[in-house]
This record gives sequence, C-alpha cells and structure tokens, in this order.
Amino acid sequence: MSLFSNTTALLGKELRTEFRSRELLTTTIVFILIVLVLFSFTFDPTSDESRRFGPGLLWLAFLFAASLMLQPCFLREQTNDTLDALRLSVADPFAIFLAKLAANTLFLLVTELLLLPVFAMMYNVKVLPVLHWVILVFFLGSLGVSIAGTALSAISAQARMRELLLPLLLLPLLTPILVASTEVTIALLDRSPYVQWKGIGFLGVFDVVFLTTLWLFGEYLLEE
Amino acid sequence: MVTPPEVSPTGIRFEDIEKRYGGLYALRRVSFEVAQGECVVLAGRNGSGKTTLLRIAARLVRPSSGQLSFPGAAGGSGSAAKNTGFVAHAIMAYDELTAEENLLLFARLLGTSQPAKRVEELLREVGLFERRDSLVRTFSRGMRQRVAIARALLHAPSVLLLDEPSTGLDPQGTSWLTETLRRMRDARCTILMSVHGETELSALATRAIRLDSGAVVADTRTGASFRSILTFADA
Repeated sequence: MSLFSNTTALLGKELRTEFRSRELLTTTIVFILIVLVLFSFTFDPTSDESRRFGPGLLWLAFLFAASLMLQPCFLREQTNDTLDALRLSVADPFAIFLAKLAANTLFLLVTELLLLPVFAMMYNVKVLPVLHWVILVFFLGSLGVSIAGTALSAISAQARMRELLLPLLLLPLLTPILVASTEVTIALLDRSPYVQWKGIGFLGVFDVVFLTTLWLFGEYLLEE
Repeated sequence: MVTPPEVSPTGIRFEDIEKRYGGLYALRRVSFEVAQGECVVLAGRNGSGKTTLLRIAARLVRPSSGQLSFPGAAGGSGSAAKNTGFVAHAIMAYDELTAEENLLLFARLLGTSQPAKRVEELLREVGLFERRDSLVRTFSRGMRQRVAIARALLHAPSVLLLDEPSTGLDPQGTSWLTETLRRMRDARCTILMSVHGETELSALATRAIRLDSGAVVADTRTGASFRSILTFADA
C-alpha cells in the first residue's frame, strides 16, 4: 500500500514539475522532428522504401531522444540533494524508480503519439488501420527504454562524465529493444500488415526482466 | 505548534564507525552513544567529519566499517531511520514546487496523518504561511532553511539530526529554532547537531563532542571544558 501511495505522490510531483517547466517534452518533440526531417532528405520516401527504412529511423530517433530525456531524470534530484530527502521519506526506494519510470514512459509515449501523424505524412505510410497495434508496440518499447534508462540515469548521475556516460551505457543496452520494436513496426506497416508476436513477446519479457532487476537491486543504485 | 515525537524516544549508538573515501579517512573508529532524549552538539573544524557522521546517522551513507544502531527503537533500526528528521547543508526541497507543495509531498511520503493540516501548522510555525504558494526558487536563503526545518519536523521525529541548522537564519529565525529544539528536547526527542562555535543553539546541549580529522578527540557534558570544545580554546 505504501509503495502504491508513495509512487502516486512522486508521480504527481514528476508530472507537476514537467508540466510547469515543459522542458523535457518540448525539447524531445523538437529533437525527434528534426531527426525525422533530416532522415527524410536522405532517401526518396516512396511507399515501399518508407516501409523498409521508416520504422528503423523512427525508433532510432526515439532512442536518441530518450537518451536526452532521461539525462535530467536523476540529475534534477542533485540540485538541492532532494534524492536524500526522498530516501529518508519513502518506505520502499523502489517507489522512487517506479514514479520516475512511469513519468518517463508517459512523456515518451506522448511524444511518440504526437509525432506519429507527422511520420505517417512525411514517410507516406498508413498507420490508421493498425493504430492500436502501433500504440501497443510504442508502449512496450517506451516502457523498456524507460526502465533501463531510469536505472542508468541513477548510475550516471553520480559519475564524473555524467552527460556522456548515459548515452554510452544506454544505447548498446537498448539495441535489443531497437531491433524488436523495428521488426514489429515493419510488420505492422507492411502492404499486408501482420502482428509479429515473437517481437511483442520479446519486448514484454525484456520489460519484465529489467523491472524485476530494478526492483531487486534499485536500492543500491541510490546509495552514494 | 511543535508536535512531540509520535514514537517512543530512541537513542543513537555509533560503534567503531569508520568511513573511507579511497585512501582518505573521513571518520576513524568513532564510538559514542547519544542517549534517548539527549541533546548533543558536534563541534570541529571544516572537514573534521561532522557532516559524514550525521549522514551515516541518517543512514544516507553506509559506513566502511562499524555498527550504527538505535537503542530503544520500536520496530528495530529500520523503523528508527524512518523516524529521523534530518536538516542537511542543502535544503532538500524542490525549487520548482511551492513551499506548501514541497511539504505536502514529503508529508504524504512519510505517511503523516492529516497531511494538509500538519503542513498548514508547520507553515505557520516557520512563518511561511503567507508565502505558501510561492515557488521555493524565489525564497531567500533563510526562508529556504525554514522550509528545510519544517520538512524535517513533518513527522514529529524521535531523532533529529541537524547539520549547522541556523545557516542563513536571521536572529529571530535562530531564536525560533532554538525554542523549537528546546521543546523537542523537553519532549524526549534525541538531538544530534553540528554547530560552529558557541551559539544560542549550542546552549541547548547537555553534551559536546569534538571531532578532529575524523576521530573523537573530546567528549564532555558540562563546565568549562564544554565551552572550550565549542570554541576550540583547548585545541
């Protein structure tokens, strides 16, 4: 019960501070938009080419944006040593991670859904018939990115080369998510769309394994 | 009003505590006990280990070796740690939230009963009720310190750890803090605080301990030696 109430209180704080400053959402949306536009110049986006390359480019843009978005996640807590106050106050330190990864997943998902119509228009692909499946893949992929990213953000925030460390650790770790999400999205945007269950299953397992690891060892990541 | 501790008073026992950062010793075999309801001041020059010791007592830093325990804590050391209020160098509050939002957040995390009422009480107590809707970012150093103190008192802790708590406070603020701590002490709250020199706050203490290069070099209860520990007269 205290885990749930602590998590909701902290999630409320994360959302309130973000919607007050709008720093993360604005930056991430602009960043993904720039990447998508730049990528669109590199090839002629006919329908067939877009189906082949579009999903990979889209997920690459999401991953780069996520590495930007996740950077301040724990860095913000260092300004006034608020992480210490949280550690002294919560019954279970996992609540700190849960709230942060829930907020990060939500921010990523909102960004992805806002940019999906732009992607569909620029890359000449039809997403409406498979929208519900695309949302599922976005959710599972974003959750995986957020779980791993939140954990690594806690580690990198205490390191000396913190700005460089997070992308260096995060991007290789998220390669399996990039591959699985891209393959599922390619299948969904095919001329004859189909659901690639293997990829969806992989994303689900990745999320569960990393979430369990974070639950078991997260407390140690918060210590000095 | 300052609420007396909600749980039975708890002491703090340090046994052979050492803290090393690489080859540097921040604390060397520190052993002493703060009895339940005792008010102890930690004195020492900059870098003598006061802050590290307080952070270990707050269980924010794990000692390299030695044992920390809370004699008398109902529910064991884990529960005692949650009944600890800590005022650190940093204010440990969010700049982007208002004073009220900050205190409400921590009151909810600590499971304080009737959080809104408790927060209102404390905002009045620390003199920030009129500014409760202002972002902490806009506060002066003294006002920020008042938020930090209010946060530490939210759950009426049985152990109070304070690291130079009068930093940034004006004379009225220091007098208010002294009176608050006096009432906490009289209500059997265990207090361990670091101070610099002989101050209004140090007059509350019944015992003074001086640290030098991470080791306890003096520990006394009353009299001339008490003053000399604070003023370094014997150093």
